[in-house]
Amino acid sequence: MPEASSLPRPPAAGRIKAALTVALFAALFVLAFRQTGFNFQALFSGTADFFRFFGRLVPDWSALPQIWPPLIQTIQIAYVATIVGSLLAMPIVFLASSNTSTDPVTLWIARTLLTVLRSIPDLLWAALFVAVLGLGALPGVVALVFFTMGVLAKLGSETVEAIDPGPLEALRAAGAGRNRTIVFAVVPQVAATMVSYILYVFEINVRASVVIGLVGAGGIGQLLLRYLNFFDYTGVAAIIVVIFAVVLLIDGFSVWARSKLI
Amino acid sequence: MAHIRFNDVEVVYRTGLKALKGVTLEIPRGQFVVVVGLSGAGKSTLIRTVNSLVVPTKGSVTVNDVNVTASRGGALRRARSDIGMIFQTFNLVKRSSVLRNVLAGRLGDLPAWRGVLGAFPREDVAYAHDCLARVGIPEKAFVRADALSGGQQQRVGIARALAQKPSVMLADEPVASLDPPTSHAVMSDLKRIAREDGITTIVNLHFIDMARDYADRIIGMRDGVVVFDGTPDEATDAVFEEIYGRPLESKDLRGA
Repeated sequence: MPEASSLPRPPAAGRIKAALTVALFAALFVLAFRQTGFNFQALFSGTADFFRFFGRLVPDWSALPQIWPPLIQTIQIAYVATIVGSLLAMPIVFLASSNTSTDPVTLWIARTLLTVLRSIPDLLWAALFVAVLGLGALPGVVALVFFTMGVLAKLGSETVEAIDPGPLEALRAAGAGRNRTIVFAVVPQVAATMVSYILYVFEINVRASVVIGLVGAGGIGQLLLRYLNFFDYTGVAAIIVVIFAVVLLIDGFSVWARSKLI
Repeated sequence: MAHIRFNDVEVVYRTGLKALKGVTLEIPRGQFVVVVGLSGAGKSTLIRTVNSLVVPTKGSVTVNDVNVTASRGGALRRARSDIGMIFQTFNLVKRSSVLRNVLAGRLGDLPAWRGVLGAFPREDVAYAHDCLARVGIPEKAFVRADALSGGQQQRVGIARALAQKPSVMLADEPVASLDPPTSHAVMSDLKRIAREDGITTIVNLHFIDMARDYADRIIGMRDGVVVFDGTPDEATDAVFEEIYGRPLESKDLRGA
Protein backbone atom coordinates (compact mmCIF):
# COMPACT_ATOMS: atom_id res chain seq x y z
CA MET A 1 0.00 0.00 0.00
CA PRO A 2 1.70 3.23 -1.10
CA GLU A 3 1.52 6.31 1.12
CA ALA A 4 -1.08 8.94 0.27
CA SER A 5 1.54 11.48 -0.72
CA SER A 6 3.11 9.10 -3.22
CA LEU A 7 -0.16 8.45 -5.13
CA PRO A 8 -0.19 9.97 -8.62
CA ARG A 9 -2.35 13.10 -8.79
CA PRO A 10 -4.52 14.08 -11.74
CA PRO A 11 -2.93 16.75 -13.94
CA ALA A 12 -3.32 20.32 -12.65
CA ALA A 13 -4.94 21.54 -15.89
CA GLY A 14 -7.87 19.16 -15.44
CA ARG A 15 -8.50 20.21 -11.86
CA ILE A 16 -8.41 23.92 -12.73
CA LYS A 17 -10.86 23.35 -15.58
CA ALA A 18 -13.29 21.52 -13.27
CA ALA A 19 -13.09 24.27 -10.64
CA LEU A 20 -13.66 27.00 -13.24
CA THR A 21 -16.69 25.16 -14.64
CA VAL A 22 -18.30 24.89 -11.21
CA ALA A 23 -17.51 28.57 -10.51
CA LEU A 24 -19.09 29.63 -13.81
CA PHE A 25 -22.33 27.74 -13.12
CA ALA A 26 -22.47 29.16 -9.57
CA ALA A 27 -21.95 32.73 -10.80
CA LEU A 28 -24.67 32.40 -13.43
CA PHE A 29 -27.06 31.00 -10.82
CA VAL A 30 -26.50 33.87 -8.41
CA LEU A 31 -26.97 36.40 -11.22
CA ALA A 32 -30.19 34.80 -12.46
CA PHE A 33 -31.47 34.38 -8.89
CA ARG A 34 -31.06 38.12 -8.23
CA GLN A 35 -32.45 39.32 -11.55
CA THR A 36 -35.58 37.20 -11.43
CA GLY A 37 -36.33 38.61 -7.98
CA PHE A 38 -36.81 35.11 -6.67
CA ASN A 39 -37.12 35.06 -2.90
CA PHE A 40 -38.59 32.65 -0.42
CA GLN A 41 -40.11 35.38 1.71
CA ALA A 42 -42.54 36.42 -1.01
CA LEU A 43 -43.34 32.81 -1.54
CA PHE A 44 -44.31 32.35 2.12
CA SER A 45 -46.14 35.64 2.56
CA GLY A 46 -48.10 34.83 -0.59
CA THR A 47 -49.25 31.49 0.72
CA ALA A 48 -52.39 32.93 2.27
CA ASP A 49 -53.42 34.61 -1.00
CA PHE A 50 -52.67 31.38 -2.75
CA PHE A 51 -55.12 29.41 -0.63
CA ARG A 52 -57.71 32.15 -0.78
CA PHE A 53 -57.52 31.97 -4.59
CA PHE A 54 -57.80 28.20 -4.50
CA GLY A 55 -60.82 28.54 -2.22
CA ARG A 56 -62.60 30.36 -5.00
CA LEU A 57 -61.72 27.62 -7.49
CA VAL A 58 -64.88 25.62 -6.88
CA PRO A 59 -65.81 24.02 -10.18
CA ASP A 60 -69.08 25.24 -11.58
CA TRP A 61 -70.35 22.18 -13.40
CA SER A 62 -73.10 24.12 -15.12
CA ALA A 63 -70.32 25.36 -17.44
CA LEU A 64 -69.86 21.83 -18.82
CA PRO A 65 -72.12 22.19 -21.87
CA GLN A 66 -70.01 25.21 -22.82
CA ILE A 67 -66.77 23.32 -22.22
CA TRP A 68 -67.33 20.17 -24.31
CA PRO A 69 -67.31 21.61 -27.84
CA PRO A 70 -64.00 23.54 -27.51
CA LEU A 71 -62.48 20.64 -25.58
CA ILE A 72 -63.31 18.25 -28.40
CA GLN A 73 -61.87 20.79 -30.82
CA THR A 74 -58.65 20.86 -28.77
CA ILE A 75 -58.29 17.10 -29.10
CA GLN A 76 -59.16 17.26 -32.79
CA ILE A 77 -56.49 19.92 -33.36
CA ALA A 78 -53.93 17.68 -31.69
CA TYR A 79 -55.13 14.61 -33.60
CA VAL A 80 -55.09 16.15 -37.07
CA ALA A 81 -51.77 17.91 -36.42
CA THR A 82 -50.15 14.70 -35.18
CA ILE A 83 -51.17 12.73 -38.27
CA VAL A 84 -50.38 15.41 -40.86
CA GLY A 85 -47.14 16.37 -39.08
CA SER A 86 -46.04 12.73 -38.86
CA LEU A 87 -46.63 12.14 -42.57
CA LEU A 88 -44.73 15.29 -43.50
CA ALA A 89 -41.90 14.34 -41.11
CA MET A 90 -41.24 10.95 -42.73
CA PRO A 91 -39.25 12.11 -45.77
CA ILE A 92 -37.23 14.43 -43.52
CA VAL A 93 -36.48 11.53 -41.15
CA PHE A 94 -34.64 9.62 -43.86
CA LEU A 95 -33.01 12.66 -45.46
CA ALA A 96 -31.70 13.79 -42.05
CA SER A 97 -30.16 10.39 -41.17
CA SER A 98 -26.56 9.91 -42.26
CA ASN A 99 -27.13 6.25 -43.19
CA THR A 100 -30.15 6.81 -45.44
CA SER A 101 -29.68 10.32 -46.85
CA THR A 102 -28.94 10.84 -50.53
CA ASP A 103 -25.82 12.99 -50.27
CA PRO A 104 -23.99 15.19 -47.74
CA VAL A 105 -25.56 18.42 -49.01
CA THR A 106 -29.13 17.09 -48.63
CA LEU A 107 -28.22 15.73 -45.21
CA TRP A 108 -26.96 19.14 -44.14
CA ILE A 109 -30.05 20.94 -45.49
CA ALA A 110 -32.44 18.48 -43.80
CA ARG A 111 -30.64 18.77 -40.46
CA THR A 112 -30.55 22.55 -40.63
CA LEU A 113 -34.27 22.60 -41.42
CA LEU A 114 -34.84 20.40 -38.34
CA THR A 115 -32.79 22.69 -36.12
CA VAL A 116 -34.81 25.70 -37.30
CA LEU A 117 -38.13 23.87 -36.81
CA ARG A 118 -37.23 22.84 -33.28
CA SER A 119 -35.82 26.21 -32.23
CA ILE A 120 -39.33 27.71 -32.51
CA PRO A 121 -41.55 26.78 -29.52
CA ASP A 122 -45.18 25.68 -30.07
CA LEU A 123 -46.62 28.87 -28.58
CA LEU A 124 -44.59 31.00 -30.98
CA TRP A 125 -45.75 28.93 -33.96
CA ALA A 126 -49.34 29.49 -32.80
CA ALA A 127 -48.92 33.26 -32.35
CA LEU A 128 -47.31 33.40 -35.80
CA PHE A 129 -50.13 31.56 -37.57
CA VAL A 130 -52.89 33.35 -35.66
CA ALA A 131 -51.37 36.57 -37.01
CA VAL A 132 -51.32 35.15 -40.53
CA LEU A 133 -54.52 33.07 -40.62
CA GLY A 134 -56.69 34.77 -37.99
CA LEU A 135 -58.29 33.33 -34.83
CA GLY A 136 -59.53 29.74 -34.72
CA ALA A 137 -58.60 26.10 -34.98
CA LEU A 138 -56.83 26.32 -38.35
CA PRO A 139 -53.77 28.26 -37.13
CA GLY A 140 -53.66 25.85 -34.17
CA VAL A 141 -53.49 22.84 -36.46
CA VAL A 142 -50.84 24.43 -38.68
CA ALA A 143 -48.75 25.46 -35.66
CA LEU A 144 -48.81 21.96 -34.20
CA VAL A 145 -48.05 20.40 -37.61
CA PHE A 146 -44.76 22.32 -37.68
CA PHE A 147 -44.09 21.49 -34.04
CA THR A 148 -44.79 17.78 -34.67
CA MET A 149 -42.49 17.72 -37.71
CA GLY A 150 -39.63 19.19 -35.70
CA VAL A 151 -39.94 16.81 -32.76
CA LEU A 152 -40.70 13.64 -34.71
CA ALA A 153 -38.12 14.08 -37.46
CA LYS A 154 -35.43 14.61 -34.84
CA LEU A 155 -36.41 11.56 -32.74
CA GLY A 156 -36.94 9.53 -35.92
CA SER A 157 -33.60 10.31 -37.51
CA GLU A 158 -31.81 9.41 -34.29
CA THR A 159 -33.63 6.06 -34.32
CA VAL A 160 -32.78 5.45 -37.97
CA GLU A 161 -29.13 6.23 -37.37
CA ALA A 162 -29.01 3.63 -34.57
CA ILE A 163 -30.30 0.68 -36.63
CA ASP A 164 -28.34 -2.46 -37.43
CA PRO A 165 -26.37 -1.50 -40.59
CA GLY A 166 -26.07 -5.15 -41.74
CA PRO A 167 -29.34 -5.39 -43.70
CA LEU A 168 -28.60 -2.02 -45.33
CA GLU A 169 -25.28 -3.33 -46.59
CA ALA A 170 -26.92 -6.55 -47.78
CA LEU A 171 -29.56 -4.74 -49.83
CA ARG A 172 -27.04 -2.29 -51.23
CA ALA A 173 -24.95 -5.29 -52.27
CA ALA A 174 -28.03 -6.81 -53.94
CA GLY A 175 -28.43 -3.73 -56.15
CA ALA A 176 -31.59 -2.39 -54.52
CA GLY A 177 -32.04 1.38 -54.86
CA ARG A 178 -32.19 3.77 -51.91
CA ASN A 179 -35.98 3.89 -51.53
CA ARG A 180 -36.32 0.12 -51.82
CA THR A 181 -33.55 -0.31 -49.25
CA ILE A 182 -35.36 2.05 -46.86
CA VAL A 183 -38.67 0.19 -47.23
CA PHE A 184 -37.16 -3.27 -46.80
CA ALA A 185 -34.22 -2.81 -44.44
CA VAL A 186 -34.98 0.35 -42.41
CA VAL A 187 -38.75 0.56 -41.96
CA PRO A 188 -39.16 -2.88 -40.34
CA GLN A 189 -36.42 -1.98 -37.87
CA VAL A 190 -37.87 1.39 -36.82
CA ALA A 191 -41.65 1.00 -37.33
CA ALA A 192 -42.56 0.06 -33.74
CA THR A 193 -40.37 2.79 -32.25
CA MET A 194 -41.76 5.36 -34.67
CA VAL A 195 -45.39 4.53 -33.81
CA SER A 196 -44.48 4.81 -30.14
CA TYR A 197 -42.95 8.26 -30.79
CA ILE A 198 -46.06 9.34 -32.71
CA LEU A 199 -48.24 8.42 -29.71
CA TYR A 200 -45.86 10.31 -27.45
CA VAL A 201 -46.00 13.39 -29.71
CA PHE A 202 -49.81 13.12 -29.64
CA GLU A 203 -49.67 13.34 -25.82
CA ILE A 204 -47.50 16.44 -26.06
CA ASN A 205 -49.77 17.91 -28.74
CA VAL A 206 -52.91 17.54 -26.59
CA ARG A 207 -51.27 19.58 -23.83
CA ALA A 208 -49.80 22.08 -26.32
CA SER A 209 -53.18 22.39 -28.00
CA VAL A 210 -54.69 23.58 -24.69
CA VAL A 211 -52.00 26.21 -24.25
CA ILE A 212 -51.98 27.60 -27.80
CA GLY A 213 -55.68 28.44 -27.38
CA LEU A 214 -54.48 31.21 -25.07
CA VAL A 215 -53.06 33.07 -28.05
CA GLY A 216 -56.24 32.52 -30.06
CA ALA A 217 -55.44 29.28 -31.85
CA GLY A 218 -58.79 27.62 -31.11
CA GLY A 219 -59.96 25.01 -28.66
CA ILE A 220 -60.41 25.02 -24.90
CA GLY A 221 -57.56 27.47 -24.30
CA GLN A 222 -59.56 30.22 -25.94
CA LEU A 223 -62.50 29.60 -23.56
CA LEU A 224 -60.12 29.41 -20.60
CA LEU A 225 -58.76 32.83 -21.54
CA ARG A 226 -62.28 34.28 -21.74
CA TYR A 227 -63.20 32.93 -18.27
CA LEU A 228 -59.96 34.29 -16.81
CA ASN A 229 -60.61 37.71 -18.32
CA PHE A 230 -64.08 37.74 -16.77
CA PHE A 231 -62.74 36.53 -13.39
CA ASP A 232 -65.06 33.53 -13.74
CA TYR A 233 -62.95 31.31 -11.48
CA THR A 234 -65.61 28.65 -10.98
CA GLY A 235 -65.71 28.17 -14.75
CA VAL A 236 -61.88 28.13 -14.86
CA ALA A 237 -61.92 25.47 -12.14
CA ALA A 238 -64.31 23.31 -14.14
CA ILE A 239 -62.05 23.58 -17.20
CA ILE A 240 -58.94 22.71 -15.18
CA VAL A 241 -60.55 19.59 -13.74
CA VAL A 242 -61.85 18.45 -17.11
CA ILE A 243 -58.50 19.06 -18.85
CA PHE A 244 -56.73 17.23 -16.06
CA ALA A 245 -59.02 14.22 -16.47
CA VAL A 246 -58.82 14.17 -20.26
CA VAL A 247 -55.02 14.55 -20.40
CA LEU A 248 -54.67 11.83 -17.80
CA LEU A 249 -56.93 9.57 -19.84
CA ILE A 250 -55.07 10.17 -23.10
CA ASP A 251 -51.66 9.76 -21.46
CA GLY A 252 -52.83 6.52 -19.87
CA PHE A 253 -54.07 5.21 -23.20
CA SER A 254 -50.86 6.27 -24.94
CA VAL A 255 -48.62 4.64 -22.31
CA TRP A 256 -50.68 1.44 -22.55
CA ALA A 257 -50.57 1.44 -26.37
CA ARG A 258 -46.83 2.06 -26.41
CA SER A 259 -46.22 -0.77 -23.95
CA LYS A 260 -47.99 -3.10 -26.40
CA LEU A 261 -45.67 -2.07 -29.25
CA ILE A 262 -42.17 -3.10 -28.27
CA MET B 1 -12.13 -16.08 -70.47
CA ALA B 2 -11.87 -14.70 -66.99
CA HIS B 3 -15.21 -14.04 -65.29
CA ILE B 4 -13.81 -11.79 -62.58
CA ARG B 5 -10.65 -9.80 -63.12
CA PHE B 6 -8.76 -7.79 -60.48
CA ASN B 7 -6.46 -5.30 -62.20
CA ASP B 8 -3.77 -4.04 -59.80
CA VAL B 9 -6.39 -3.24 -57.15
CA GLU B 10 -5.27 -0.96 -54.36
CA VAL B 11 -7.40 0.16 -51.41
CA VAL B 12 -6.28 2.84 -48.96
CA TYR B 13 -8.83 3.62 -46.24
CA ARG B 14 -9.35 7.17 -45.04
CA THR B 15 -7.49 6.26 -41.85
CA GLY B 16 -4.42 5.77 -44.03
CA LEU B 17 -4.57 1.99 -43.70
CA LYS B 18 -3.39 0.23 -46.86
CA ALA B 19 -5.78 -2.75 -47.03
CA LEU B 20 -4.87 -3.93 -50.53
CA LYS B 21 -1.50 -3.26 -52.14
CA GLY B 22 -1.97 -3.99 -55.81
CA VAL B 23 -3.84 -7.27 -56.29
CA THR B 24 -4.08 -8.81 -59.76
CA LEU B 25 -6.14 -11.98 -60.21
CA GLU B 26 -8.20 -13.73 -62.84
CA ILE B 27 -11.04 -16.01 -61.81
CA PRO B 28 -12.63 -18.20 -64.51
CA ARG B 29 -16.37 -18.82 -64.71
CA GLY B 30 -17.74 -21.39 -62.27
CA GLN B 31 -14.63 -21.60 -60.07
CA PHE B 32 -15.09 -21.99 -56.30
CA VAL B 33 -12.32 -19.88 -54.77
CA VAL B 34 -11.49 -19.73 -51.07
CA VAL B 35 -9.47 -16.75 -49.85
CA VAL B 36 -7.53 -17.41 -46.65
CA GLY B 37 -5.53 -15.16 -44.39
CA LEU B 38 -5.51 -13.75 -40.87
CA SER B 39 -8.04 -11.07 -39.98
CA GLY B 40 -6.71 -7.78 -41.28
CA ALA B 41 -5.00 -9.44 -44.24
CA GLY B 42 -7.43 -7.76 -46.66
CA LYS B 43 -9.82 -10.66 -47.43
CA SER B 44 -13.00 -8.71 -46.64
CA THR B 45 -11.77 -5.67 -48.53
CA LEU B 46 -10.91 -7.83 -51.54
CA ILE B 47 -14.35 -9.35 -51.97
CA ARG B 48 -16.07 -6.02 -51.30
CA THR B 49 -14.27 -4.49 -54.27
CA VAL B 50 -16.09 -6.98 -56.53
CA ASN B 51 -19.46 -5.31 -55.87
CA SER B 52 -17.99 -1.88 -55.10
CA LEU B 53 -19.10 -1.86 -51.45
CA VAL B 54 -15.46 -0.83 -51.13
CA VAL B 55 -14.26 1.28 -54.05
CA PRO B 56 -10.60 0.73 -55.00
CA THR B 57 -8.42 3.82 -54.74
CA LYS B 58 -6.39 2.50 -57.67
CA GLY B 59 -6.94 -0.23 -60.26
CA SER B 60 -10.27 -1.79 -61.14
CA VAL B 61 -12.40 -4.92 -60.94
CA THR B 62 -14.30 -6.23 -63.95
CA VAL B 63 -17.08 -8.82 -63.86
CA ASN B 64 -18.17 -10.22 -67.24
CA ASP B 65 -15.90 -7.57 -68.79
CA VAL B 66 -17.99 -4.83 -67.15
CA ASN B 67 -15.86 -2.43 -65.13
CA VAL B 68 -17.71 -2.47 -61.79
CA THR B 69 -15.26 -0.03 -60.22
CA ALA B 70 -16.14 2.65 -62.79
CA SER B 71 -19.91 2.01 -62.60
CA ARG B 72 -22.22 4.43 -60.81
CA GLY B 73 -25.96 4.76 -60.18
CA GLY B 74 -28.18 2.49 -62.26
CA ALA B 75 -25.26 0.75 -63.98
CA LEU B 76 -23.74 -0.14 -60.60
CA ARG B 77 -27.09 -1.42 -59.29
CA ARG B 78 -27.47 -3.63 -62.39
CA ALA B 79 -23.94 -4.97 -61.90
CA ARG B 80 -24.65 -5.65 -58.21
CA SER B 81 -27.92 -7.46 -58.88
CA ASP B 82 -25.83 -10.07 -60.74
CA ILE B 83 -23.56 -10.54 -57.69
CA GLY B 84 -24.98 -12.26 -54.61
CA MET B 85 -23.38 -11.77 -51.21
CA ILE B 86 -23.62 -13.53 -47.88
CA PHE B 87 -22.23 -12.26 -44.60
CA GLN B 88 -20.70 -13.48 -41.36
CA THR B 89 -23.54 -11.97 -39.32
CA PHE B 90 -26.19 -12.95 -41.92
CA ASN B 91 -27.46 -9.35 -42.21
CA LEU B 92 -31.12 -10.35 -42.30
CA VAL B 93 -33.91 -7.97 -41.36
CA LYS B 94 -34.71 -9.74 -38.09
CA ARG B 95 -38.23 -8.41 -37.66
CA SER B 96 -39.32 -9.38 -41.18
CA SER B 97 -40.47 -12.80 -42.33
CA VAL B 98 -38.04 -15.22 -43.95
CA LEU B 99 -39.90 -14.93 -47.27
CA ARG B 100 -39.69 -11.14 -47.25
CA ASN B 101 -35.96 -11.37 -46.56
CA VAL B 102 -35.53 -13.69 -49.54
CA LEU B 103 -37.72 -11.50 -51.76
CA ALA B 104 -35.38 -8.60 -50.96
CA GLY B 105 -32.94 -10.38 -53.27
CA ARG B 106 -35.33 -9.71 -56.17
CA LEU B 107 -35.41 -5.93 -55.52
CA GLY B 108 -32.51 -5.15 -57.84
CA ASP B 109 -34.33 -6.52 -60.91
CA LEU B 110 -37.67 -4.92 -60.06
CA PRO B 111 -39.05 -1.53 -61.18
CA ALA B 112 -38.64 0.90 -58.27
CA TRP B 113 -42.37 1.40 -57.67
CA ARG B 114 -42.97 -2.35 -57.38
CA GLY B 115 -40.08 -2.64 -54.95
CA VAL B 116 -41.25 0.23 -52.75
CA LEU B 117 -44.81 -1.13 -52.63
CA GLY B 118 -43.58 -4.70 -52.17
CA ALA B 119 -45.72 -5.68 -55.17
CA PHE B 120 -43.70 -8.69 -56.27
CA PRO B 121 -44.83 -10.53 -59.40
CA ARG B 122 -46.20 -14.02 -58.77
CA GLU B 123 -43.21 -15.71 -60.39
CA ASP B 124 -40.83 -13.83 -58.08
CA VAL B 125 -42.69 -15.08 -55.00
CA ALA B 126 -42.64 -18.61 -56.42
CA TYR B 127 -38.92 -18.27 -57.12
CA ALA B 128 -38.27 -17.12 -53.53
CA HIS B 129 -40.05 -20.26 -52.26
CA ASP B 130 -37.89 -22.35 -54.63
CA CYS B 131 -34.74 -20.75 -53.21
CA LEU B 132 -35.83 -21.62 -49.66
CA ALA B 133 -36.49 -25.20 -50.77
CA ARG B 134 -33.00 -25.43 -52.28
CA VAL B 135 -31.39 -24.47 -48.95
CA GLY B 136 -33.59 -27.00 -47.17
CA ILE B 137 -35.97 -24.75 -45.18
CA PRO B 138 -39.13 -24.44 -47.32
CA GLU B 139 -41.34 -24.65 -44.22
CA LYS B 140 -39.82 -21.50 -42.66
CA ALA B 141 -41.15 -19.01 -45.24
CA PHE B 142 -43.60 -17.25 -42.92
CA VAL B 143 -41.53 -17.39 -39.74
CA ARG B 144 -39.85 -14.22 -38.46
CA ALA B 145 -36.13 -14.26 -39.29
CA ASP B 146 -35.01 -13.81 -35.68
CA ALA B 147 -36.87 -16.98 -34.66
CA LEU B 148 -34.40 -19.15 -36.63
CA SER B 149 -31.15 -20.76 -35.50
CA GLY B 150 -27.83 -19.39 -36.77
CA GLY B 151 -27.48 -22.09 -39.40
CA GLN B 152 -31.02 -21.51 -40.64
CA GLN B 153 -30.44 -17.74 -40.75
CA GLN B 154 -27.37 -18.23 -42.90
CA ARG B 155 -29.42 -20.44 -45.21
CA VAL B 156 -31.89 -17.58 -45.57
CA GLY B 157 -28.88 -15.41 -46.41
CA ILE B 158 -27.90 -17.87 -49.15
CA ALA B 159 -31.50 -18.03 -50.41
CA ARG B 160 -31.65 -14.21 -50.57
CA ALA B 161 -28.44 -14.11 -52.61
CA LEU B 162 -29.73 -16.94 -54.79
CA ALA B 163 -32.98 -15.05 -55.42
CA GLN B 164 -30.89 -12.51 -57.35
CA LYS B 165 -30.17 -15.25 -59.95
CA PRO B 166 -26.53 -14.21 -59.70
CA SER B 167 -23.57 -15.31 -61.80
CA VAL B 168 -21.19 -14.42 -58.97
CA MET B 169 -21.49 -15.23 -55.25
CA LEU B 170 -19.41 -13.55 -52.55
CA ALA B 171 -19.26 -14.96 -49.03
CA ASP B 172 -17.52 -13.06 -46.25
CA GLU B 173 -16.65 -15.51 -43.44
CA PRO B 174 -20.03 -17.24 -43.89
CA VAL B 175 -19.48 -19.84 -41.15
CA ALA B 176 -17.49 -17.90 -38.56
CA SER B 177 -20.59 -17.47 -36.34
CA LEU B 178 -21.65 -21.14 -36.60
CA ASP B 179 -20.70 -24.34 -34.79
CA PRO B 180 -18.56 -26.96 -36.61
CA PRO B 181 -21.31 -29.35 -37.84
CA THR B 182 -23.51 -26.45 -39.01
CA SER B 183 -20.47 -24.86 -40.66
CA HIS B 184 -19.93 -27.96 -42.79
CA ALA B 185 -23.62 -28.22 -43.67
CA VAL B 186 -23.77 -24.59 -44.80
CA MET B 187 -20.53 -24.84 -46.79
CA SER B 188 -21.77 -28.03 -48.51
CA ASP B 189 -25.01 -26.27 -49.47
CA LEU B 190 -23.08 -23.30 -50.81
CA LYS B 191 -20.74 -25.52 -52.83
CA ARG B 192 -23.56 -27.71 -54.17
CA ILE B 193 -25.62 -24.73 -55.32
CA ALA B 194 -22.59 -23.04 -56.89
CA ARG B 195 -21.86 -26.26 -58.79
CA GLU B 196 -25.46 -26.76 -59.93
CA ASP B 197 -25.91 -23.20 -61.18
CA GLY B 198 -22.35 -22.65 -62.37
CA ILE B 199 -21.94 -19.65 -60.05
CA THR B 200 -18.45 -18.23 -59.71
CA THR B 201 -17.88 -18.07 -55.95
CA ILE B 202 -15.37 -16.30 -53.71
CA VAL B 203 -15.46 -17.33 -50.05
CA ASN B 204 -13.37 -15.84 -47.24
CA LEU B 205 -12.40 -18.35 -44.59
CA HIS B 206 -9.74 -18.61 -41.98
CA PHE B 207 -10.14 -22.36 -41.30
CA ILE B 208 -7.45 -24.39 -43.07
CA ASP B 209 -9.35 -27.67 -43.16
CA MET B 210 -12.50 -26.10 -44.60
CA ALA B 211 -10.49 -24.28 -47.26
CA ARG B 212 -8.94 -27.58 -48.34
CA ASP B 213 -12.26 -29.44 -48.21
CA TYR B 214 -14.30 -27.08 -50.38
CA ALA B 215 -12.00 -25.00 -52.57
CA ASP B 216 -11.20 -25.52 -56.25
CA ARG B 217 -8.50 -22.93 -55.72
CA ILE B 218 -7.01 -21.33 -52.63
CA ILE B 219 -5.73 -17.76 -52.56
CA GLY B 220 -3.62 -16.77 -49.55
CA MET B 221 -3.43 -13.15 -48.45
CA ARG B 222 -1.12 -11.42 -46.04
CA ASP B 223 -0.84 -7.67 -45.41
CA GLY B 224 -2.89 -6.78 -48.47
CA VAL B 225 -0.82 -8.89 -50.86
CA VAL B 226 -1.56 -12.26 -52.52
CA VAL B 227 1.16 -14.56 -51.18
CA PHE B 228 -0.23 -17.88 -52.42
CA ASP B 229 -2.38 -18.95 -55.34
CA GLY B 230 -2.82 -22.65 -56.03
CA THR B 231 -4.82 -25.85 -55.63
CA PRO B 232 -5.79 -27.33 -52.25
CA ASP B 233 -3.15 -30.02 -52.76
CA GLU B 234 -0.45 -27.40 -53.10
CA ALA B 235 -1.65 -25.60 -49.95
CA THR B 236 0.43 -27.60 -47.46
CA ASP B 237 0.82 -26.80 -43.76
CA ALA B 238 4.11 -25.10 -44.62
CA VAL B 239 2.28 -22.87 -47.13
CA PHE B 240 -0.34 -21.91 -44.50
CA GLU B 241 2.40 -21.08 -41.99
CA GLU B 242 3.84 -18.80 -44.65
CA ILE B 243 0.43 -17.15 -45.25
CA TYR B 244 -0.28 -16.71 -41.55
CA GLY B 245 3.29 -15.75 -40.73
CA ARG B 246 3.31 -18.04 -37.67
CA PRO B 247 3.14 -21.73 -36.69
CA LEU B 248 -0.33 -23.29 -37.09
CA GLU B 249 -2.62 -23.50 -34.07
CA SER B 250 -5.66 -25.62 -33.25
CA LYS B 251 -7.99 -22.62 -33.76
CA ASP B 252 -6.97 -22.60 -37.44
CA LEU B 253 -9.06 -25.77 -37.85
CA ARG B 254 -12.84 -25.89 -37.78
CA GLY B 255 -12.84 -29.64 -37.13
CA ALA B 256 -15.82 -31.91 -37.64
